[in-house]
Amino acid sequence: MHKLLTDKPGESMFLLGNEAIARGAMEAGVAFTSTYPGTPSSELSLNFFQMSRESDLYFEYSTNEKVSLEVAAAAANSGVRSMCMMKHVGLNVAADVLMSLAYVGVTAGLVILTADDPFMFSSQNEQDNRYYAKFGGLPMMEPSSVEEAKEMVKEAFALSEKLKRPVLFRTTTRINHSTAVVTLGELPPRTTRGEFIKEPMRCVTVPAVSRGLHVKLLADLDRAQEMAENSPFNFVEGSGNLGIIANGVSYTYAVDAVRDLKAKDRIRILRLGFSNPMPAKLIKNFLASCDQVLVIEEGEPFMEEAVKAFAQEGGLTLPIAGKTPSLFSRLYEFDPAMVRNCMASFFGIAHEPAPATDLSGTPALPMRPPTLCAGCSHRSVFYAVKKACEGQDVIFPSDIGCYTLGFMPPLGMGDFVICMGASAGTACGFSTVTDKKVVAFVGDSTFFHSGLSGLINGVFNNHNFTLVILDNRTTAMTGHQPNPGVDMTELAMENYNTVDIEAVVRAVGVKHVSVVRAFNVRKTMDAVRESLAFEGVSVIIAKEKCALYAKSLKQLKGKPFQVNPEKCKNHRECIDALGCPAFYLENGMPRIHTHLCVGCALCAQACPENAIVPAKSL
Amino acid sequence: MEPKRLIIVAVGGQGNLLASHVLGEAALMSGIPVRMSEIHGMAQRGGVVESALVFGEARSTIISDGEADLFVSFEPCEALRALKKCNPRTVAITNTRPLPPFTAVIGRGTYPDISEVTTILRDKTGRLIAFDATALAEEAGNSMCLNMVLLGTLIATGVLPITAEAVREAIRTRTKASFVDMNILAFEKGFAQAT
Ligand code: SF4
Ligand code: SF4
Repeated sequence: MHKLLTDKPGESMFLLGNEAIARGAMEAGVAFTSTYPGTPSSELSLNFFQMSRESDLYFEYSTNEKVSLEVAAAAANSGVRSMCMMKHVGLNVAADVLMSLAYVGVTAGLVILTADDPFMFSSQNEQDNRYYAKFGGLPMMEPSSVEEAKEMVKEAFALSEKLKRPVLFRTTTRINHSTAVVTLGELPPRTTRGEFIKEPMRCVTVPAVSRGLHVKLLADLDRAQEMAENSPFNFVEGSGNLGIIANGVSYTYAVDAVRDLKAKDRIRILRLGFSNPMPAKLIKNFLASCDQVLVIEEGEPFMEEAVKAFAQEGGLTLPIAGKTPSLFSRLYEFDPAMVRNCMASFFGIAHEPAPATDLSGTPALPMRPPTLCAGCSHRSVFYAVKKACEGQDVIFPSDIGCYTLGFMPPLGMGDFVICMGASAGTACGFSTVTDKKVVAFVGDSTFFHSGLSGLINGVFNNHNFTLVILDNRTTAMTGHQPNPGVDMTELAMENYNTVDIEAVVRAVGVKHVSVVRAFNVRKTMDAVRESLAFEGVSVIIAKEKCALYAKSLKQLKGKPFQVNPEKCKNHRECIDALGCPAFYLENGMPRIHTHLCVGCALCAQACPENAIVPAKSL
Repeated sequence: MEPKRLIIVAVGGQGNLLASHVLGEAALMSGIPVRMSEIHGMAQRGGVVESALVFGEARSTIISDGEADLFVSFEPCEALRALKKCNPRTVAITNTRPLPPFTAVIGRGTYPDISEVTTILRDKTGRLIAFDATALAEEAGNSMCLNMVLLGTLIATGVLPITAEAVREAIRTRTKASFVDMNILAFEKGFAQAT
């Protein structure tokens, strides 16, 4: 049985934040869940996915975040408690739905989780999604710890039902990927079937209806503010006239700092967990009781600006600070020592910051960036495309997935990456305004997510580029989640269909389509040359299962390769052009770690001396 | 309990997250407050993986530079890279078996000399235990047991109030059944290193 289905209230478990949140939702009776995978939210979905196979919970990996929110919106408007999860940038994709769903509302609880990523551990930006709550006029909750996250999810469902609006649940990587001891609560039965009651004057957002809905939304926002004033998730602790206002993990750093600075009776903390709309009265009362206030929040000065406005309304002139060059930054994530030092300096508390560790004499270390795995099919395609384009000036727009890593040496493939699905769209632009050839890359999951729209645009507007679809039969980067092109029978899962990429590409009107095996370098190069010669949109579908995924399915059959020292002339084409991490140097000569090599035979095709052969043949 | 802070660094695939989880479970069984934070995502494609464990009365799950009481590295060059987490009182443990990053193989950077690595670590920390932990894992039956070897050494330092028996119990209940005996053997071998 899945561990999160353990029906033993009161028992303690050591859970990852994402597991605790999933458990909290189960304890809230969630019955419908949907997502598009995105780190740092991925394990939350993985747990729902696994639990849905052992219970009456519904779960789906949707094609993108917008669709994911659409399916959840329908379920929550049919009386079924629903949850939709995504990473922070995913909410940009779903924003179109979000802004109007805020008007329409829900009939059963809908919690939308946005996992923000300060410091960009695995993201292209560090946007602060608290602004989406403000933008959409929706309540937002932000836990400060793993334990609290589990409890808060339940309250978020209750709040959503009280207001009949979706509630945004904002985490940051340090909540999602922290682990702590959590106490299990009751697991209630789920309501999995609902009823949709037609209410066109609420559910059909034509202008005449929406004008009324906006009025109601603002009235509900006032109600929400009253609730925030009295929410147990907004509380004051400690005593003294030095004030701190904090949210999320910053609150935990502040609590530790108060203890370290031995300032328990000097510092009071206002923690905001129900953080939009902000509790104006609570904040004004807090400010009135303080001589100085420090606002501690990662990301943007979201609370700080509001707090300063409240002070102005209340005629309060105490010093309020947060993000300034001498205190906190809008960049990256905070850490306990930084928070402690800023608190000590702002409040004038005597404190010796620990001296920085003396790193003198440490030699320069070789970098260890993430790389494409040994036997990754993307490496082969990049190599073939690069070879086929030799001597030509080509622009390579790329997209979001493992293959983004192809921009690094030695492959160096990937010139422009902005967001999911943008490679084909940007290819349209590059090919229109420059005289260069354009070859864009997109993964299979990303193709279905939103790459297809750019391709259709290219066909319709008659642009001139080649799109290489790196079809590795899974969503690899986030941990092998399925997408519409995946064969679910391999996972012993029924009731799914497979959408054939080639048929889709042909159906939208692409006139030049080639399908190749990713590890066949010669055929892939031929396909690239032919495609480049074609005027208009051409597509190459390069198929080969992700090596790690194939391994987990026990489908890896390749035998490891080895360098024949007799034949090797040490020109290092294998190392310099491919960068397969299975290679190492022994006395200056290339060698292959047999335990890493999966036997894809790419290096054997690249070696001009035919010196790389299956290990057993040596 | 006064907080005790532990940093574990490794290269993706070396099993440090499992070791951290086993330790966390052992703390849970022993009634010791524990919180942990780990870095996922891009790091899994052969990059550096770091986990931070905070035991005792603290709310934060991450550890600032210079604030680790205990430091464990699965790879010597990664030990040096994370040295800023240590201070002159830190108890440090490192595997001495190198796993050169691919950048060093393609000539972008040089892998440091192991004796230089251990000399610097010894100079800048309170106590250093450095040995070829991979060799002990191989002796136990599989180089994948490296994480259990280092866990054994960590417990033997006595810095954490967690008993070897609690960890053995966590290994028995939290690691793959077919690996339990090998993991326990690896744990004992590591334990013997520090004593
Ligand atoms: S996980 Fe799969 S797709 Fe990603 S780098 Fe590894 S082999 Fe390639
Ligand atoms: S066959 Fe060559 S390229 Fe493929 S995994 Fe093995 S060493 Fe790497």
